Amino acid sequence: MSKKTQTTGTHPTLTGAEIIWATLAAEGITTVFGYPGGAILPAYDALRKFPIHHVLVRHEQGAAHMADGYARASGKVGVAIATSGPGATNLVTGIATAMMDSIPMVCITGQVPSRVLGTDAFQEVDITGVTLPITKHNFLVNCAQDIAPAIRHALQIAQSGRPGPVLVDITKDAQQNSAIFDFEAAKPQAYDPHPMLSVMDTHLREAADLIRNAKRPVILAGHGIQQSNAYEQVRTLAERMQIPVAPTLLGLGSFPASHPLNLGMMGMHGESWVNHAIQEADLLIACGMRFDDRVIGTPSTYSPNSKKIHIEVDPAEINKNIKADVALVGDLRQVLEQLLPLLPGRDGSAWLKTIAESKGESAVRDIRNLPDDGHLYAAHVMHDLWHITEGKAVIATDVGQHQMWEAQYYHHDYPNSLITSGGSGTMGFALPAGIGAKFACPEKEVWIIAGDGGFQMTACELATIVQEKIKINIAIINNGYLGMVRQWQEFFYERNYESTPLVSPDFVKLADAHGIAGAAVRTRGDLADAVAAARNHNGPYLLNFMVEQEDSVYPMIPAGKALHEMIRRPNNNPLVEKPTDE
Amino acid sequence: MLHTFVAYVEDKPGVLTRVASLFRRLNINIISLTVGHSERPGISRMTIVSETPAHANEHTANRIRASLHKLENVLDVDEIGKAPSVTRELALIKVAATAATRSHIFELVEVFRARIVDLAPDSLMIEITGVESKIEGLIQVLNETGDRVLEICRSGKMTMRRGKHSSGVLRAMGASDPDAPKPNLTHEIVNDNFADNI
Repeated sequence: MSKKTQTTGTHPTLTGAEIIWATLAAEGITTVFGYPGGAILPAYDALRKFPIHHVLVRHEQGAAHMADGYARASGKVGVAIATSGPGATNLVTGIATAMMDSIPMVCITGQVPSRVLGTDAFQEVDITGVTLPITKHNFLVNCAQDIAPAIRHALQIAQSGRPGPVLVDITKDAQQNSAIFDFEAAKPQAYDPHPMLSVMDTHLREAADLIRNAKRPVILAGHGIQQSNAYEQVRTLAERMQIPVAPTLLGLGSFPASHPLNLGMMGMHGESWVNHAIQEADLLIACGMRFDDRVIGTPSTYSPNSKKIHIEVDPAEINKNIKADVALVGDLRQVLEQLLPLLPGRDGSAWLKTIAESKGESAVRDIRNLPDDGHLYAAHVMHDLWHITEGKAVIATDVGQHQMWEAQYYHHDYPNSLITSGGSGTMGFALPAGIGAKFACPEKEVWIIAGDGGFQMTACELATIVQEKIKINIAIINNGYLGMVRQWQEFFYERNYESTPLVSPDFVKLADAHGIAGAAVRTRGDLADAVAAARNHNGPYLLNFMVEQEDSVYPMIPAGKALHEMIRRPNNNPLVEKPTDE
Repeated sequence: MLHTFVAYVEDKPGVLTRVASLFRRLNINIISLTVGHSERPGISRMTIVSETPAHANEHTANRIRASLHKLENVLDVDEIGKAPSVTRELALIKVAATAATRSHIFELVEVFRARIVDLAPDSLMIEITGVESKIEGLIQVLNETGDRVLEICRSGKMTMRRGKHSSGVLRAMGASDPDAPKPNLTHEIVNDNFADNI
């Protein structure tokens, strides 16, 4: 392939491979995460001519999660590259994760040459077929001149409306052949908003009336606030109308945790006062959230006496799980900007006082208020990490107990500061997603928090950290179990700890084998010094927190139960008289 | 419950899969699906009749329609519902018939306003268009008169909204009035917005 770059008119003739990078570069993509292979080799051959940094991962799942973490931390689209067949299928978990959490991501995969498509050629997989239900859209491109339009369209689809992942599968011959590269001509048609995305004045007035007249309103703050950049509008709504705010897991950071109106996370592991407030509310204002089953318990018992205002960009979410009394279908920020002028103000003190009273009763159960018993608890780790980093770190968490403790005890004041797999609950997410986040905001302090189980699913990416010479801190919450599964076995399967005890390598030695410094932490007394050592170390650092083994996340709403039917924290505080509520 | 959707889709490979896959994912059976060119070049028109499961509620049709519209290749979706519309289906029916038994079939065909489109020594073919019940009716009568139906090929439903009528006849028939004040229920408003875009 010794094709010289020729110019036809003002537009150069490039190979398809060059067009891939030229299009990405012209779209402002500076970093991609990928892994080479036969069918994508022409693209890799052309890579060094373009100002794009390629991060070589150790497994394509890592590439997808890194692109995902990059997108979550930056608000921009993340790009992952893989070859055909197994390379492409290894992306699948990462794509599904991004789909569930509406993350703008574009995956580019190589495909076997178009003349052998459908012949079971070496490393051929019908990846557009495989990813059809887990992408927002996908393209199969088999000629060079279609590459630029497909990639530009993919980037547009990924970011418009409700964001999501898009896959572009490009045959090897399309990469090898040449075409005129005209970036402007490859521009997709202007984004055509969904016809349902038109908020009517009658609905705005109806919503405003409900808000003005509500006695016990709660704002449900979802991921959409960050995606639509509506922090100020939500904050204005809450402050002006004196309405308490309960974030979802992915909504953490969308409303400052330190704000007096922030109740804390709702749902399965939400604090008791939060879920009680939702159950007793007479109005829920759902902002960019989708009433996931982890948030509502059961639909039939969810907040039975409240009206619901659902502000959401995806019309298919309206009335899906919870019936909306008023649905404002549109971009959250735009809708709130239309709604706010109708809301002059309101006195919410009585309702806030009621909620505040129910908080105090829970505080006595909180581990932070218990006397030190010499054990290291994960909740302590999260709380102290929050305290030491002044809540300013970007945290990537994995899935399980540590994820919930992080959500409860690391208080996120800033948007896009928590990178976590919410809808999909993908173990192995934290390490690669944290790496992606570091590339998105190299100036920020990034902590990866993972359990001993999930960490081992993608631990190979430690080598990526070293190869890329990035400063990142890793905290492994090591309890020797697949902790959340063990907790379910404890609560619902008579402590039959089948296949949850977990033998792990010595993570500090594993880090050392990669050239990463590290230390084990066994007591709370050593915690602060260890975290300081990690932060001050000029390079990646791994801390292996050996925490209490059979600790459980409280409160917990068992699956299929109503929001108020939670398993409370045991009242272990010897200093406080036990209330007799259970 | 049956729902009829009309979708304008790009005429490209894989579009049918995407539409069908959506119904599969929602665990909803497609009763019939007709596809053909529309009045717009490069755009096909689909009429999809689906049966929502017993646990579905009144919002299911709206969700299906919104989900269909989320597909990149789908340009417009309309749910016909109770709106004034014309629905037709085409069927070809091959019936065993000899010279001795033909004549009463000719009479039936006349009554049903169908046509004989093929005549062979031991069979004939009937072409019938109409609403589903009319076609079902002919098949039932053929069965009851002892005529052996050899083959049936049905096109599935095609549906088109009627134009705007000023007379009160349609309203009297129970069809919704497009000019009536819009009810203040979210999902119905959404519904109406949508129809205007078709």
